[in-house]
Amino acid sequence: MSQPNREIEQLVQREYEHGFVTDIESDTVPPGLNEDTIRFISAKKAEPDWLLAWRLEAFRTWQKMRAPNWAHVHHHPIDYQDISYYSAPRSPKDGPQSLEEVDPKLLETYAKLGIPLHEQKLLAGVAVDAVFDSVSVATTFKGKLAEAGVIFCSFSEAVQNHPELVRQYLGSVVPMGDNFYAALNSAVFTDGSFCYIPKHTRCPMELSTYFRINAAKTGQFERTLIVAEEGSHVSYLEGCTAPMRDENQLHAAVVELVALDNATIKYSTVQNWYPGDENGVGGIYNFVTKRGDCRGANSRISWTQVETGSAITWKYPSCILRGENSVGEFYSVAVANNYQQADTGTKMIHIGRNTRSTIVSKGISAGHGQNAYRGLVRIAKSAANARNHTQCDSLLLGDRCGAHTFPYMETKNSSAIVEHEATTSRIGDDQLFYCRQRGIAAEDAVNMIVNGFCKEVFRELPMEFAVEAQKLLGVTLEGAVG
Amino acid sequence: MLEIKNLHVAVDGKEILKGVNLHVRPGEVHAIMGPNGSGKSTLANVLAGRDGYVVTKGEINYLGRDLTTLEPEERAREGVFLAFQYPVEIPGVNNIYLLKAALNAIRKHRGQPELDAVEFLALVRDRMGLVKMPEDFMSRSVNEGFSGGEKKRNEIFQLAVLEPRLAILDETDSGLDIDALRVVADGVNSLRNPERSLVLVTHYQRLLDYIIPDQVHVLSDGRILKSGGKELALELEARGYDWVRAAAA
Repeated sequence: MSQPNREIEQLVQREYEHGFVTDIESDTVPPGLNEDTIRFISAKKAEPDWLLAWRLEAFRTWQKMRAPNWAHVHHHPIDYQDISYYSAPRSPKDGPQSLEEVDPKLLETYAKLGIPLHEQKLLAGVAVDAVFDSVSVATTFKGKLAEAGVIFCSFSEAVQNHPELVRQYLGSVVPMGDNFYAALNSAVFTDGSFCYIPKHTRCPMELSTYFRINAAKTGQFERTLIVAEEGSHVSYLEGCTAPMRDENQLHAAVVELVALDNATIKYSTVQNWYPGDENGVGGIYNFVTKRGDCRGANSRISWTQVETGSAITWKYPSCILRGENSVGEFYSVAVANNYQQADTGTKMIHIGRNTRSTIVSKGISAGHGQNAYRGLVRIAKSAANARNHTQCDSLLLGDRCGAHTFPYMETKNSSAIVEHEATTSRIGDDQLFYCRQRGIAAEDAVNMIVNGFCKEVFRELPMEFAVEAQKLLGVTLEGAVG
Repeated sequence: MLEIKNLHVAVDGKEILKGVNLHVRPGEVHAIMGPNGSGKSTLANVLAGRDGYVVTKGEINYLGRDLTTLEPEERAREGVFLAFQYPVEIPGVNNIYLLKAALNAIRKHRGQPELDAVEFLALVRDRMGLVKMPEDFMSRSVNEGFSGGEKKRNEIFQLAVLEPRLAILDETDSGLDIDALRVVADGVNSLRNPERSLVLVTHYQRLLDYIIPDQVHVLSDGRILKSGGKELALELEARGYDWVRAAAA
């Protein structure tokens, strides 16, 4: 390897900022998974019988399934009996009723992560639900949202307070037996966020959920459900971090979005789970099922993701374009540095007439990282005049990493137009030298080039988070050029 | 300004420059001419500090400092500018954005305040006129989709904005038609001043019809074989390089 290449690799080295552990008393169940575990979780949350029955059915389905092996990732088999499925910070009462009752250690944890939970200190216009291990510890701005008729609360609360809505929509986008990890999640999910935007309502602020894994040997299995009624509009963001630990931890989430007539859901993710160290030890296995259903005419679902963390990412936020004229979008930046592996992409399933989808995927590989884009565009027979445009770009830093593209297209209607463009480029020594000769430090030059590469995706993020994402990318690739 | 003494430079273990001496005073324009493979571009690159160009012997003094100890970006901030023979494309990075980052890095180094967007744009508009850059240039990515001539003009435009003390122009004339050559030369001439020195690396004499050098040097096989005034360039044009080599042998 040439000297300059090594410099680029050094530039992408960085330390994980969020790797601390919060020392807090937790109720954690011993590792192991059987029907009793599920009954325990369900009882802990005082769930109605129908939900327990649903979980058990999912568990029985899961037991008959095998882990998928088609992704371009490699890891040791996961021992599902060696994971704890429930861990919650121990609180004196049943749980905090207001922010004042939240354990100061938890507030401190989120403050350290840059997520202050005190409303007066918050970024105006962003409501946060904070999920710590298996439970939601706080949701801000509930009152203000309620005035607009918006429901934004933890999943557990939604089960208690809005069971009819949960029952109507749960599993309606991602069926319990959809895939191995979705089935596991359906059986053991612990918390997550629930949003409901009533008809003709524009959600008055950004909604966000901040996921934190803290306890050792636990998995995080959260479930998010967003329902946007006719003519409504919501923008939602999730962020994720975890401590540095030597063992791998499993995160298997399910996100379901439902957009009815003329509704718009914009879902943004900045995923920064612990990626493991520079030798590939530790890190989160991020096996996530995210799917949006454009159920109504003229509805729109837009996924934007910035995936910088996790040892392994297996994730395909998808859109089912059922309603006429509905629109699906997927904008993604995925980084694989050191020994990280990312296999990510999307599925756009065109069913309705005049449906349109756009896919923009930017993969960045550095170190020994392996980055794969995997995408499916399916045009059903009913989808007259469907349109898809896919753009899939890869950027390589150094010469030991890899970029892979697996596009799948199935078109059953001859009036459809499907386009796919792909490029692979490398941050060249020439580009770096050019910038340095103009007086720009090597690290700044790499940042500038990488950010330029990701520009089309970053501009889809809400403003504050776009800045955050740029910074995060800077940290992620820090040390890549020396 | 620049004093090069007995400079030996190796690339991939092969010696390319074999004892170059050159003295450039403030305000002077020096032309380095020579046949292909004589080491002209190696000289330009080693001055800018490109990786892989190893100084094995000799010294390069720039404003009283040993230039070889500085990183490329430090040299740039100290006022060394290289107009590239083959400017690279950087997709996604806006021309103006790169230039603003560069100018502010240099200004910061000099202890000057950074320019805000308004001041910067005023400066850019002023300097764009010098080399007749097209208007849409501002919204385009660095050198992306530029013609050969536009890339070269962009280099001179950057020179005009960054105002270095020592500018090295590596074959800036190659690939330019006669009109573009005149535009570039006019731009360069307008930037000449008693404090700024220029080193023009060129294969052909025609650039020197427009930018009149104080001295012309013939580089061949890693050594400067002959130096003279601007008339030497004309003689080279008429007689080629062989007679210089024969005379030196």
